[in-house]
Amino acid sequence: MNKKKPGLPSKIYFGLIFFFLYMPIAVMIFMSFNSGRNSTVWKGFSLKWYGELFKSKELMNALGNTLLIALLASVFATILGTAAAIGINNFRGKSRAVIQNVSNLPIISPDIVMGVSLMLLFSFLGVLLHFEMGFWTVLLSHICFCVPFVVLNVMPRLRRMDQSVYDAALDLGCNQWQAFCKVVLHELLPGIFSGMLMSFTYSMDDVVITHFTQGASFNNLSTKIFEMLRRQVRPTINALSALLFVAIIVILILINIFDRRAEKREARR
Amino acid sequence: MKSKKLSIPYIAWMVVFTMIPIVMIGLTAFRDKAGGFSLEPFTKAWDYRFVFLKSLWIALLSTVICLILAYPLAYLLTKMKKSTQKTVQLLIMVPMWMNFLLRIYAWKILLQKNGPLDMALSLLGIHGSYIGNTAAVVVGMVYEYLPFMVLPIFTVMSKIDGGLIEAAQDLGSNNLAVFKKVIFPLSIPGVISGITMVFVPSASTFLVAEHLGGKDDVMIGDVIDKIFLNDQNTGSAISLILMVFILIFLILMNLFGDEEALA
Repeated sequence: MNKKKPGLPSKIYFGLIFFFLYMPIAVMIFMSFNSGRNSTVWKGFSLKWYGELFKSKELMNALGNTLLIALLASVFATILGTAAAIGINNFRGKSRAVIQNVSNLPIISPDIVMGVSLMLLFSFLGVLLHFEMGFWTVLLSHICFCVPFVVLNVMPRLRRMDQSVYDAALDLGCNQWQAFCKVVLHELLPGIFSGMLMSFTYSMDDVVITHFTQGASFNNLSTKIFEMLRRQVRPTINALSALLFVAIIVILILINIFDRRAEKREARR
Repeated sequence: MKSKKLSIPYIAWMVVFTMIPIVMIGLTAFRDKAGGFSLEPFTKAWDYRFVFLKSLWIALLSTVICLILAYPLAYLLTKMKKSTQKTVQLLIMVPMWMNFLLRIYAWKILLQKNGPLDMALSLLGIHGSYIGNTAAVVVGMVYEYLPFMVLPIFTVMSKIDGGLIEAAQDLGSNNLAVFKKVIFPLSIPGVISGITMVFVPSASTFLVAEHLGGKDDVMIGDVIDKIFLNDQNTGSAISLILMVFILIFLILMNLFGDEEALA
């Protein structure tokens, strides 16, 4: 296919789509600088909502919980999922298909069904083992929907991997653990990394499953925003959105720079 | 490396956190409040049949609009330079990394009375209410799930062998014919997974209709959320029905996809 510079109609089309995608975010960021409480009337520039955001213990606490859950869930899901993918790869035929289909269930089943079913499980176990839903049940639930993404990202890499390289490492005197680290993990690393990144972002984004497994006292950003939207919205939400947006952009730029560097290193080799 | 043992922890995990919860939904759905076997939850679920239909209707509209918007976008994207493609893909993804609820809230601000859209249109002399109706719900849905349609279609399209297109051109096809005979048929698998990835979450989501829709815009997800607090049995029955619907939908999509691949 010949790649030309995009023509005018295609530029206009992209422009409209990006307008649609970014307009709401732009409005939200704009409103975060509004000194008025109401999001329809502009009352002059102010940074007071940012100040209030940082002073709000509840919101900062919720942000901390969101990040902690996302970090723990993605790390644990990555370990569990990578090990699982290597194991599943050695199954053949029917048993493999069954395991993979069950593994995909959390992805294909609606969030709300998964949230409700986990809530049933945790409230049943809670009565049995005397615990209440909170941080741990949210963490477990997040791991549940993260692992399948890790498995899906690692699997294709495993299939492409050449088994003989691992055997060669063993022949050349590596023990199994060394061969595993030097050959297998090295090969799988891009898949592992993208699985982890996906897990992290899905965990940050989730509302539904957290809502059903949060219990009475635990809150993260999602549940906090949920509460605010149902009761009363404070303009601190706008400030929070603006900061989140900036954070996302910064992270993306950093990842991009690392990618470029890695590509250059590869090219030099 | 040959060991299957490494998957044992995950298999145990799946039994506890995937299989047992689904079985529990099944068991709860066939009981009454006292705990005896009963079909009452399903007779109660029947009351919500119109909510079901409405959810499917909203999901269908959202999916079709996503497809109409995304298909040309994905096609135009394949015609760009590799580096531009990467950037544009990222730009399409960025709003997805904002929290789901913040995205809905943004639309709430945008569409509200005296909000930005209302102001802009009133300059043209048009006044009206843009929130609290089915259209607003569909707009919110399209906003939430559009990237899920663009990305699979683009991935499949960009893997189409350039040689096939050149061959078609050499054999005298014009651009339209190339599109109709080569690009469109080969892009079908992407379209199928895009439809699946948009339809399933939009049929089952909650909160979008609650915040952007009117009184009549209640979706099945909202019903499950409300009902589960007081009546887990009926809630489970509705969840089970939803799950079965979605499984049937997925099987149909799969069948359709396979047939296209064979043709």
